[in-house]
Amino acid sequence: MTTTDTPTPATAAPAAAPSTTAPAQPGAAADPLVIAGRTLGSRLIMGTGGATDLAALERALIASGTELTTVAMRRFSADAGTSVFALLQRLGIMALPNTAGCYSTRDAVLTAELAREALETDWVKLEVIADEDTLLPDGVQLLEATEELVRRGFTVLPYTTDDPVLARQLEEAGAAAVMPLGSPIGTGLGILNPHNIALITARAGVPVVLDAGIGTASEAAQAMELGCSAVLVASAVTRAQDPEAMARAMDLAVRGGREASRAGRIPRRQLALASSSFEGIIETAGTSREAESL
Amino acid sequence: MIPVTINGEPAEVPAGWTVRDLVADRIGHPVGEDGRALDGRALGVAVALDDTVVPRSRWAATALAADARCEFVTAVQGG
Repeated sequence: MTTTDTPTPATAAPAAAPSTTAPAQPGAAADPLVIAGRTLGSRLIMGTGGATDLAALERALIASGTELTTVAMRRFSADAGTSVFALLQRLGIMALPNTAGCYSTRDAVLTAELAREALETDWVKLEVIADEDTLLPDGVQLLEATEELVRRGFTVLPYTTDDPVLARQLEEAGAAAVMPLGSPIGTGLGILNPHNIALITARAGVPVVLDAGIGTASEAAQAMELGCSAVLVASAVTRAQDPEAMARAMDLAVRGGREASRAGRIPRRQLALASSSFEGIIETAGTSREAESL
Repeated sequence: MIPVTINGEPAEVPAGWTVRDLVADRIGHPVGEDGRALDGRALGVAVALDDTVVPRSRWAATALAADARCEFVTAVQGG
């Protein structure tokens, strides 16, 4: 051993506090996600946007094991009817309406009210978007809309930036969970600021759901390792070459990341730490163990 | 007939038409007094008149007024 191998600080500095609960049993049932008092057996939340057809979407939803899935609210058309809602009902998956496409508090609140009436849920994934190119949240109006919807009795899950300050403000405004982005919607760029996500999860008193930007399974696992309580994926699955297989991969990744997060990773170090003992090692002519010591 | 706007499109509906009549017409199924399908199933649709949601329990009692602006929505793929 040398004295120069002090562990480096984890890059994700404020790691989530170790869980004090009993170690997880295999399977989600022993380690459920609880949002606003509702227990969910899967930590993977699915979106339905981007699927080529309802049959492909159905296969992906089943493969994902999700129990909570987002939908958008749009003007009724006779062609589509109410088929997405009917599909979720048939699969026993709770619908989570979003306010996608809303650029103002006013539009978001009315959309949420319509969703509550149509889908008979007071849960809403609140999106207030600033512009079409980035689809980034408008933090000021998002906070305002969160306050208003909480006042109106909604269970509000705001889609937010990876800003730890805003995440706290949303929680203080009564959000039931906060949903920071990894990167902009649909980009598949993964988690661009893992440090911020770790800061958010370390300080949050409500579940943190990594939402947007996930491109593949390792990034979903990373989100969980950073202390997120759940991950939401849409495009990463629905636009994958094989959505059903990717949905299964995401399910496994979220479980794996969660387990790893609870298991407690080893600290990062500058130098190697042998996993085999040097005790009793053989010597050949000319070998000196002394030379190995720095 | 009275003029109204439904999902941004000008339309004419019979005088005395209620929100329930409108919903039943558009979805092509009868709607119960409680604003649900006749088997009690949730329809998965909602209506706002002039930016205010009309609860389904009031559909049967809410007539469409002349020049009413009606938004009639449902869940679609998204998010």
